Amino acid sequence: MTSRIKKLREQSINAINRLSAERALLLTEFYQSSHALGLSAPVLRAKAFEYILMHKSLYIGEDELIVGERGPEPKATPTYPEICIHSLNDLEILRTRKKVSFIVDEETLKIYAEKIIPFWTGRSNRERIMKAMSDEWINAYSSGIFTEFQEQRAPGHTVCGDKIYKKGMLDFIEEIDTEIARLDYINDPEAYNKEEQLKAMKITAGALIHFAQRYAEKLEYLSTTENNAKRKSELQKMAAICKKVPAYAPETLHEALQYYWFVHLGVILELNPWDSFNPGRLDQHLFPFYKNDLEKGILTKEEAIELLEAFWIKFNNHPAPPKVGVTAQESNTYTDFCLINLGGLKDDGSDAVNEMSYILLDVIEEMRLLQPGSMIQVSKKNPDSFINRAIRIIKTGFGQPSVFNSDAIIQELMIQGKDLIDARKGGASGCVETGAFGTEAYFLTGYLNLPKILEITLNNGIDPLKGKQIGLTTGDANNFTSYAELLNAFRLQINYFINIKIEGNNKIESIFSHYLPVPFLSILIEDCIKKGKNYVSGGARYNTSYIQGVGMGTVTDSLASIKWHVFDKKDISMKMLLDALKADFEGYGQLRYELLYNTPKYGNDNDEADNRLTEVFDLFYHAVNGKPNTRGGHHRINLLPTTCHVYFGSITGASADGRKARVPLSEGISPVQGADINGPTAVIKSAAKIDHLKTGGTLLNQKFTPDFFNDDEAINKLTRLIRSYFRLDGHHIQFNVVSAETLRDAKKHPEKYRDLIVRVAGYSDYFNDLGEDLQDEIIRRTEHSSL
Amino acid sequence: MKGIVFDIKRFAVHDGPGIRTTVFLKGCPLSCYWCHNPESIDKKPVQTERKVKVESEFFTYTEQVGNIMYVDEVIDIVKRDKIFYEESGGGVTFSGGEPLIQPAFLKQLLKACWHEGIHTALDTCGYTQQEILEEIMHFTDLFLFDLKHIDSHKHKQSTGVPNEIIIKNLKYLLQMKKRIHIRIPVIPWFNFNENDMIEMMKLLQSLPGNIEKIDLLPYHTLGNNKYKRFGMTNYMEGVTALSKEDVSLIFHIFKNAGFNVSIGG
Repeated sequence: MTSRIKKLREQSINAINRLSAERALLLTEFYQSSHALGLSAPVLRAKAFEYILMHKSLYIGEDELIVGERGPEPKATPTYPEICIHSLNDLEILRTRKKVSFIVDEETLKIYAEKIIPFWTGRSNRERIMKAMSDEWINAYSSGIFTEFQEQRAPGHTVCGDKIYKKGMLDFIEEIDTEIARLDYINDPEAYNKEEQLKAMKITAGALIHFAQRYAEKLEYLSTTENNAKRKSELQKMAAICKKVPAYAPETLHEALQYYWFVHLGVILELNPWDSFNPGRLDQHLFPFYKNDLEKGILTKEEAIELLEAFWIKFNNHPAPPKVGVTAQESNTYTDFCLINLGGLKDDGSDAVNEMSYILLDVIEEMRLLQPGSMIQVSKKNPDSFINRAIRIIKTGFGQPSVFNSDAIIQELMIQGKDLIDARKGGASGCVETGAFGTEAYFLTGYLNLPKILEITLNNGIDPLKGKQIGLTTGDANNFTSYAELLNAFRLQINYFINIKIEGNNKIESIFSHYLPVPFLSILIEDCIKKGKNYVSGGARYNTSYIQGVGMGTVTDSLASIKWHVFDKKDISMKMLLDALKADFEGYGQLRYELLYNTPKYGNDNDEADNRLTEVFDLFYHAVNGKPNTRGGHHRINLLPTTCHVYFGSITGASADGRKARVPLSEGISPVQGADINGPTAVIKSAAKIDHLKTGGTLLNQKFTPDFFNDDEAINKLTRLIRSYFRLDGHHIQFNVVSAETLRDAKKHPEKYRDLIVRVAGYSDYFNDLGEDLQDEIIRRTEHSSL
Repeated sequence: MKGIVFDIKRFAVHDGPGIRTTVFLKGCPLSCYWCHNPESIDKKPVQTERKVKVESEFFTYTEQVGNIMYVDEVIDIVKRDKIFYEESGGGVTFSGGEPLIQPAFLKQLLKACWHEGIHTALDTCGYTQQEILEEIMHFTDLFLFDLKHIDSHKHKQSTGVPNEIIIKNLKYLLQMKKRIHIRIPVIPWFNFNENDMIEMMKLLQSLPGNIEKIDLLPYHTLGNNKYKRFGMTNYMEGVTALSKEDVSLIFHIFKNAGFNVSIGG
């Protein structure tokens, strides 16, 4: 690590997360000005974007190589009042909460009280959404049956493909002009809408070029006052780069990185899309530039690494925009889920691992930063040495990179109807979500609390924690005479809630389409320009809406308990079980012991339990899969929790697997914490019993203590374990490598562990930033692994 | 055919090459004072009371150590991880106790694995009749052969049996060109000294055939708990585990003599 990188990295780690009212203020100024009058929604949004980029403050850090910040300085995080207004109370919560807090200074509070809140009240998208939702939706949402992704952030969930490395914004403007010239007002009833969309895209492309010019000018100015000759020439070089990209296609590694970074800022300043934005297959995109630079003799490997590390730090400067309420609980982290993909396959289906893949692994290891996240795509065609190299980083215990099955991802995409080449260009983003990079708008819409739906089923449609009827009346569970009857009632309830959710999703998609189009993002994703359609309105080549199932382990084990004890062995009556759940097992110690210790559990390669898993999977899959969204695409499922299993647990009563009320649910498709007692091969066999290829991503967490990785042979065995799981079509596996002792000490002395990063679920986070319940859960699962 | 199995461990990574399932058969003709599976020595099933804490309440249950299992039942479990064996060059390892103490059962198990195309390893102390080895040899791909001490008297003192038969059997297997890994437990007060190890090395050098690998297994304390649980006398109480560094001198004795040697399995 060069001293420059060391300094920038330190600065980034130590920078304090604060809220910046700059963007909100500029946006409000614009909306209140006469320039905002009489515009179509896309042009209004484009002009607002232009206004922000024209007036926002610039930041050039000392010795920086890649420039541009979303806020006025690193970790100064803007707000998006057009999406969701933070009330003064919300700001107070953000300021004072112990975890994932943001500094909110007096001035910001004042601006919010005097300008932002008064103007945006009644105009925010969150208010539109909540007004449009049915009572059934509100009831289910309030009971914690599902969450809603789009209430505080915009639909994003997309990844940049390779087009920006081949074309500049001026090329895109040319393409847009061509499409405008081609519009046929006589025969195409959509022509006007298309023209407005295309005009908006053009404005935003120009705005980004102008933004880069502002940086170029500032860099030039700084170079005139710089005394250090080396830095002076660096500043001149950077100014030249900012004049060239993003207007023109990049030609060098430095240009490619700076170009992507401007694009990244554009996307996250336009709105606050989920999962930020993501360069995706970075080793594939950058390798040609690197190779070319080396051949021309204008770059050394060391210089390349320094540039890449400078690029890495930029991601770390950008925490996720602040979330409050349920949305904060489902994803309570500074992480904004950029997930760099390495490896996988080329367009022609051959092994894509290249020198840049290994260089980036070195960068990941050396940087050890929270953001960006990283993963390796492993195809049967990729070499073992690539996995072994990644495991050497995994074993250091900061939860990166995670490991994905390229061959499964490609099949998942193709089953959803994508072209083979588009599928090969894809990967995983966010936590584990499958996507066709550069061509797909795949919105995550919300988590679904499967154990809660079982709880409602067992209570004939009533949420016992609220004492309110929110589901269907599918009958008193005491009268069920067979397991099949229970399963059918459960099926009806799942279908009922899924339909409510999908109805809501389709309304929300329409609301975004009407009010908050994203012309800038539309430039980046194929085929928005060609179709003259916005990213949020079906402009992308592929349009998918996901519902994410949570608590698979918990619901599986609960069903296994009921079938085993109530219907098969008949040693516990339904009434007794329901009474015990109602009492949260108070006075039912022996019964709880039976449920915990004498019941088949998922994760042990035991069909008695694992068959319940596939039953739930099928119910969930059939309830969701193939239902249309508003964008010409379909609803699909995936199985991942982020931190939602903790929130969902906290509003779910005791469950039949022996779990106490309000305790976290199981995460992803991992077994219930502590229930898997036959080791990782059994867990893998169990997890592979569901058909991963029917999903858009599953998340399996495996825990290892550091001593497992002591020798090369063990690392090789882990590689073989991964290969086996992937042969069984497993989608993703990740490893947490920390001892419980370390974690307990970290909980006691957080000050000593400021840099301790652990794998949570689909992403890594600072241990100190996790809520106490999540900390305890991670300690529990780590303890279990060391037995 | 039935036998007594006291544990089946999947994802065993220290009992031979690759990812393996280790099947532990109960009963052992030796009684090594450092044994880390003391409950395996007696051939009969043993029952112990175990306690689990749920919240603040304790629940007791009876754990049976040693279950009578049919060959098919064992093979059914072993077969489940076939994909992992194939991917990793692993297989099944029969260990104990001493698996050769149940020769007919063991033979059926080995044969069944052999028919399934599963690689078989046998972790043995070598204290058995040659006829038994002849019976099972054909179905055993790899022997993990324990060698504990060169001095027969000391061997008998600490393990309960002399070592002549063991060494004879080792020679026999080597002559039969079987694949062999020698496993040497390194135990304080017993063989944790250079002289004994040099003698052991000399013996191994003098043997016919090819010793593929030597595994040094430094004494560890993971078995201590079991002595407590089963109310048995633990002669190693308070003795600390040996580290990799502790056995490095011994490691080099074998290494310098040209053996492929590693620490741990």
